[in-house]
Amino acid sequence: MTDTERLTQTASQVRRDIVRMVTQAGSGHPGGSLSSTDIATALFFKVMKHSPEHWDRSGKGNDMFFLSAGHMSPLFYSVLARSGYFPVKELATFRHLGSRLQGHPSTDHGLPGVYMPSGSLGQGLSVACGAALGKKLDKDDRKVYVLVGDGESEEGQIWEAAMFAAHHRIDNLVAMTDWNHQQIDGTVESVIGLGDLEVKWKAFGWECITAEGNDMQAVLEAFDRAHSLCGHGKPVMILFKTVMGKGVDFMEGTNKWHGKAPSAEQCEAALAQIKETLGDF
Amino acid sequence: MEKFINTGNKDTRSGFGAGLAEIGNEDERVVGLCADLTGSLKMDQFAKEHPDRFFQCGIAEADMIDAAAGLSLSGKIPFAGSFANFVTSRVYDQIRQCVCYAGANVKIAASHAGITLGEDGATHQVMEDIGMMRMLPRMTVINPCDYNQTKAATIAAARYNGPVYLRFGRPSVPNFTPENQTFEIGKALRLTEGRDVSIFATGHLVWEALLAAEELEKQGISAEVIDIHTIKPLDTEAVLASAAKTGAVVTAEEHLIAGGLGELIAGVLIRTRPCPMEFVAVDDQFGQSGTPAGLMELYGLDKAHIVSAALKAIARK
Repeated sequence: MTDTERLTQTASQVRRDIVRMVTQAGSGHPGGSLSSTDIATALFFKVMKHSPEHWDRSGKGNDMFFLSAGHMSPLFYSVLARSGYFPVKELATFRHLGSRLQGHPSTDHGLPGVYMPSGSLGQGLSVACGAALGKKLDKDDRKVYVLVGDGESEEGQIWEAAMFAAHHRIDNLVAMTDWNHQQIDGTVESVIGLGDLEVKWKAFGWECITAEGNDMQAVLEAFDRAHSLCGHGKPVMILFKTVMGKGVDFMEGTNKWHGKAPSAEQCEAALAQIKETLGDF
Repeated sequence: MEKFINTGNKDTRSGFGAGLAEIGNEDERVVGLCADLTGSLKMDQFAKEHPDRFFQCGIAEADMIDAAAGLSLSGKIPFAGSFANFVTSRVYDQIRQCVCYAGANVKIAASHAGITLGEDGATHQVMEDIGMMRMLPRMTVINPCDYNQTKAATIAAARYNGPVYLRFGRPSVPNFTPENQTFEIGKALRLTEGRDVSIFATGHLVWEALLAAEELEKQGISAEVIDIHTIKPLDTEAVLASAAKTGAVVTAEEHLIAGGLGELIAGVLIRTRPCPMEFVAVDDQFGQSGTPAGLMELYGLDKAHIVSAALKAIARK
């Protein structure tokens, strides 16, 4: 089995986890979780050098991942559990009282893999810049990855961080945008248009790659390209073109499933479209 | 009554700058971040001596706070500095999520706090910051009274593991606490011992409280002046012991009544040992341009107002 095939199978299980977690909790954010699934699966199961069994919040000697768009927590928790940060069965506790799997990622409950709380949008890129500078000071040659939403990029702080990263030549940082064109109130273009994101990031002094984000081979190639650009004085952004709700036909391409749980029937209909590959939690 | 000597007026922000430079030389985990106010914050010595550990953030305070939080993960001790207004109200959400909720070891260095920022006017004179910061779980709030104490507090903040809000000011004010003192976070300092009234003061108002105590002594009133340099965690033991002894309380601070030291102490007393209490603070209004001394007088933040508040509290016993 090729890496691409293996990762595609893993992504399928992650999508099932997302749908089942949100359904069981009766709330949560399936749309962006599903659009970013292939990106996060590639990162956690192939791209990043990390040791789930020896994790601590310092991130020393490991690649670090920050989820800036914290509402994609179902995706985050699934890839963390499936890559060995905590038991897969714990996914069943998502959003329950006393769970380590809070609605949005928290560092308060001892969940391995979460370096920083997120949920209030626009902050993760700045945090990732700080973490990347910390690695430079420590002469730690691992990288820092951060996933940002396209709607989230309406936050002014994203562009503050964009300037900061370029100015300080933070070239051990790979940022990714989940460019699914949807946000709560409608399409990103109808809410507050972002314009040409690639031109914007380049104008802010970044290396910027645009790639298909729901094609595993294309995702892997984009990371290869990003890595070749690291270490040359510029931060790197990958704009991943994705489909909101990818993998479940009635959730695809619409803002309606940004933050809504499926009914039992809808869950069944969704799962019928996503193959169980690694065993459900 | 104990006497305190002003060894020469100095600004508390320079105490911060000196403390940062000293601890920065001792501990290479200390890093500095500033939002285009390096000279005003007196962070320039640290920045000059440790260019690799100083990060200019530009006029982008939100990014600065979260970058500081990111730096703290690998064990750095970041001091993120700007004017008090711009590192509190402007970035409350960043401090809430990525500093306090995250339990990040970030030190917020807040200069030009209160009305004594002076001529720049109300847009810059934050008098709500203590309230905002003390509401945040996990935040330690420190408001030292002079140059020497601010320097010592800066060093103590670096050695303490956890979020700290360190508040200081712009004007030159009397420097009267010991040089090279040891600063104990959370430990109130009794400056004068008294029987008739307790004056709990913080920041620039501590010196005014000492002047007020001298004036009260001339009237045969014995005032106990306590320097509350740490507003959170409050030294409740010291507050309750003094209030139990004197039976009358005055609080004095360069802050609004809302959310300030007075309300905090009132909350402690009302649950344990209620007694007559008066507030020397600003009541629900914004400041304006003027000299620091002129503004302190106009807004009732000086010796004279502390004396009248003390007399009023004693009369209510």
